[in-house]
Amino acid sequence: MSVENILLFKLYIIATPVLFLVGIYAIMTTRNIIATIIGIEIMTKGVTLLLASCGYFNGRPEMAQSFIIIMIVVEVVILTISAGLIFNIVKKHDSLDTRNIRNLKG
Amino acid sequence: MSFSLAVLIPLFLVLFFNLPFYKISGKIAVFIASLFCIVQAFSFFIPADASCPAIQSLVSYFMLDFQCDGISRLMLLTSAIVAFSAILVLYATEESDRKQFNFINLILLSLAGMNGLFFVRDVFSIYVFIEVISATSCILIAINKDKNSLEASFKYLIMSSVATVMMLASVAILFLVAGGTDFVTVSNMYQQYGGNILVMSAVVLFIAGLFIKGGIMPFHGWLPDTYSAGSAPVSVYIPGIVTKTLGIYTLIRLFYSVFGFNTAIQSILLIFASISIVFGAFAAINQNNFKRMLAYSSISQVGYIVLGFGAGTTFGVAAAIFHLFNHSVFKSLLFVNSAALEKQVNISDMSEMGGLASKMPVTSTTSVIAFLSTAGIPPLSGFWSKLMIILALWTADLKVYAVIAILASILTMTYFLIMQKKVFFGRLKEGFENVKEAPLAITFVSILLCAITVVVGLLFPFVLNGLINSAVSF
Amino acid sequence: MDSIYIHIILLALIIISSIFAVSYARVIRGAIILGIVSMLVSISLFLLSCPLAGIFELSVCSGLITVIFISVISLTLPPDEKQRKVNSVSMMKKMVLLVLLVLVCGFSLYMLDSKNITFVPLMQNVQESIDTRDNIWNLRHVDLIGQALILLTGLFAVVVLFKKDKNKDKK
Repeated sequence: MSVENILLFKLYIIATPVLFLVGIYAIMTTRNIIATIIGIEIMTKGVTLLLASCGYFNGRPEMAQSFIIIMIVVEVVILTISAGLIFNIVKKHDSLDTRNIRNLKG
Repeated sequence: MSFSLAVLIPLFLVLFFNLPFYKISGKIAVFIASLFCIVQAFSFFIPADASCPAIQSLVSYFMLDFQCDGISRLMLLTSAIVAFSAILVLYATEESDRKQFNFINLILLSLAGMNGLFFVRDVFSIYVFIEVISATSCILIAINKDKNSLEASFKYLIMSSVATVMMLASVAILFLVAGGTDFVTVSNMYQQYGGNILVMSAVVLFIAGLFIKGGIMPFHGWLPDTYSAGSAPVSVYIPGIVTKTLGIYTLIRLFYSVFGFNTAIQSILLIFASISIVFGAFAAINQNNFKRMLAYSSISQVGYIVLGFGAGTTFGVAAAIFHLFNHSVFKSLLFVNSAALEKQVNISDMSEMGGLASKMPVTSTTSVIAFLSTAGIPPLSGFWSKLMIILALWTADLKVYAVIAILASILTMTYFLIMQKKVFFGRLKEGFENVKEAPLAITFVSILLCAITVVVGLLFPFVLNGLINSAVSF
Repeated sequence: MDSIYIHIILLALIIISSIFAVSYARVIRGAIILGIVSMLVSISLFLLSCPLAGIFELSVCSGLITVIFISVISLTLPPDEKQRKVNSVSMMKKMVLLVLLVLVCGFSLYMLDSKNITFVPLMQNVQESIDTRDNIWNLRHVDLIGQALILLTGLFAVVVLFKKDKNKDKK
């Protein structure tokens, strides 16, 4: 791998933990349960970028594409489940505050 | 059983139940699903190379007939037993027909996912099937839609998604270095480049993701809420097999088939396992709610399994998988008894119960046997598996951890004695005069699981040979 | 167009937009900015020679997921105008996490600069490349079955979680 490629790879491998931290920051510092789902989505975008860059630097972008496609299908289903849970939570509590779901002691 | 039979049959059953031409009632679905579980449990005793030509030609049509060996066959048996118990508890406690039907479909999908996880030989497929199991567990926890269930399910969803992202990042880095994701490619890569910092950070990320999914301390935040907030059959199914599969079985499979064992990873496993054992036991002593106490006890016992596996020898692996099987059986038995208590007495706070042994004899006897097995009293099966773990640690020259394991057994016995005295023995409290024994389905499951515990304990010398063989051939 | 500056600009835009997405008081703006982040990620995927994945990401993540978010937000909107703004957690917690973020970014920029860290080994046996469609359909049957299972799970999620109960008594 040439010097320029190493630099590009370092960029991508730094961007992924930064996006991961932004996602965790979103989950921990928000009081809206929909914003926590946005945080999970941002983390997933980080991993998508990491997968694509690993495929590019490896010389096998087609395997990386199949991984990304399968991962996106799984993510949509997880999002559907979380949307269903949010609907039911809002129906029970009538607000979007996360303090309502801190009831049980962990 | 080959992959096709174990995974495609539940998939086709679910499709068959849901065709729009007819409507299948909940009871028929319960019957067919329990039949499948019995078939899966008996397939453990059929040797791997016996084949029936008609089924063989049908199976090879799907190009997916690979076998499994060693620990996967034992896990198939375990998951079949726990799923069967959960289905019978569902039959006894749930009245609505549509709810039974939805539940059976979700359990069949989850069972298909778990069977797939036991057969795969590819790191990315592990991620896909883990996601199937996590997604079905989320829906199962929230299925009766009251406040506590929704909260527990949401917490589980968030922590499970964080763990998934960590595992997927690790898979990406392994794919980068190795060029492929199947076990053979990755293990060749690991032997060559194991000391590289990128590869080591990938392995650590994967282990952290699996610890979060398996509920090992300090990543156990979602576990007590989930175990205590679900409805009765969910509380039998998820602690019995889902957490064990996602966390422990995947860990064992990765470290035995893909990565080797080196001292750094071994010390990580041992330290986290001992933290789980000790703090789980301490936390269980303080609990008032019956199910939360069982949840913390689960965390403690899972620590034992990882401790046995962290010893690093073949004997340690055999001890770990035996304790996994035993723990699934007796923990499911305890949760089935808690379902019986919940149905008949309708409160979960242990300080309000008392003296139910005279009214519910089967429940109290089987739970006494279950707690004796947990604490490690001979001749029940729990004694043998704990003895194997301690012996494996002793012979691998890890004497400190063996001492910790022995001391924690005393703590285990403490909290179970407290539970037994509060709930079953003692004087009968007022208001409990009309309490009857639980319905036939629940007592049948209790007696079945109790019989498995006692028989495996008594026939231990025959079991030991089979265990060592399966751990070696793996 | 394949120079390194395009990648740097795209990555910087992605990180900045994602920080914007989580810092708005009204959550619906965050959802729309998430759609913009998905579009930038999709362009980045095209540049990394993953065209099929880029199209998938564009249509599903930037389209379907944004629509799901906006529908969920609209259907759970509090009736009171004042409750639509969400007050955040204490400044102390936010400051701690922000400091952590800045530290990690600084450390990673430092590691970026030092050119003598060459720590990526690569296995050199490259076989002939297969098309993606062949890859999924012919080589990865197991993942296809996993996908079928998870799609059925999604179907049951909709049936179980979204249906109203027949009896309306609140417990």
